[in-house]
Amino acid sequence: METDAGPVPVVKSDLNGKDIISTVSVRCGIRRHRYTVSPGLYAVGSPDRSSEVLVTGNFKLTFDHLRKALGSVSAWILVLDTKGVNVWCAAGKGTFSTMELVRLIRDGSLEKIVDHRRLILPQLGATGVTAGQVRNESGFRVVYGPVRARDIPLFLQNKRKADKTMRQVTFTFLERLVLTPVELHMAIKPTALAILVLFMLSGIGPGLFSFQGAWERGIISIGALFAGLVSGTLLAPVLLPFIPSRKFALKGIIIGSLFATVSMPFVHGGADSISAMASLFIFIVMVSSYLTMNFTGATPFTSPSGVEKEMKQFLPVQMTGVLVSAILWIYSAF
Amino acid sequence: MKSLRYIDDVATLVLYEEKCIGCSLCTEVCPQGVFEMHMQRAEIVDFNACMECGACVKNCPVHAISVTPGVG
Repeated sequence: METDAGPVPVVKSDLNGKDIISTVSVRCGIRRHRYTVSPGLYAVGSPDRSSEVLVTGNFKLTFDHLRKALGSVSAWILVLDTKGVNVWCAAGKGTFSTMELVRLIRDGSLEKIVDHRRLILPQLGATGVTAGQVRNESGFRVVYGPVRARDIPLFLQNKRKADKTMRQVTFTFLERLVLTPVELHMAIKPTALAILVLFMLSGIGPGLFSFQGAWERGIISIGALFAGLVSGTLLAPVLLPFIPSRKFALKGIIIGSLFATVSMPFVHGGADSISAMASLFIFIVMVSSYLTMNFTGATPFTSPSGVEKEMKQFLPVQMTGVLVSAILWIYSAF
Repeated sequence: MKSLRYIDDVATLVLYEEKCIGCSLCTEVCPQGVFEMHMQRAEIVDFNACMECGACVKNCPVHAISVTPGVG
């Protein structure tokens, strides 16, 4: 549409099939680093000089999520260049910033497009933006909107007032579940490397090295690796609030031990060697512990100070455990 | 948040109460409900819910809050 500051692209507030397919694939980690929209000003519906300006980042998942949430609301969307990263992470990293916002306002001549001087920012952008400074440098006043885009229509109806629920981040079962594909995707490369190491380790035995041993025992050890993977990247995130302990590494040990017990017949059914079973059990538990501890990076309620504390406590445990497991595994070949 | 809790007594959050001018921005930006306004001053009501995101530090106009935020 044409404005006093030039043409502004209009986008729909419903997502088409292509958008939905790419939403699913990016949630699995596919082409996650190139899923962007161009920064700048967009129009949803038919906004006029009194319509709100909603600010967001240029991760396409975020952009789609926002415009879908608007439904029948007409508004301007100001997209900052957050390098294809979502608002909260970008704010933490400094790309969803005061400086970037002021730049976009200036470059887009926003003062020619709307009569008011208000910007509605996602609350989670506050980590990177100083509201007072935006006002000083652009003349536009920052109003922090709700955490979730889907609350925007109600927020606007309530004369831009957010209630307590709108201002708090949650981590529901579904919100945790939707993170698991990416966690699995990120484990692919390290897993491939681990598989190589496990084959080599498993071949060590009487006669120095045996390819048959490497294969037969290797497969079993890889089964244990996958059990640890399932425990740490799927079970732990999904069952998070139900597993005892505040520390994620310990949660990983607990769920890992349970899952190791249950899966042992499948990993090493015909086992008669105690050292082999002990080795596999410890391995599953350590992998589970490490991966669950890693999940702290994807949770919205863990403090870095807390993560540092538990890493200092449990990384040595995990490394020692893997070492003991390796020694027992080699021992069980003799 | 109230239901999911992390490790207690580790957060590096500090509120210098004497500096607070009562603008209530910290209560607006905090995603975990750490602050509440009482008698026109901000107070920490849930210290252990703090995830050190730094939004409060960033927006306090008088720099009355400090946190050592993580890598984001």
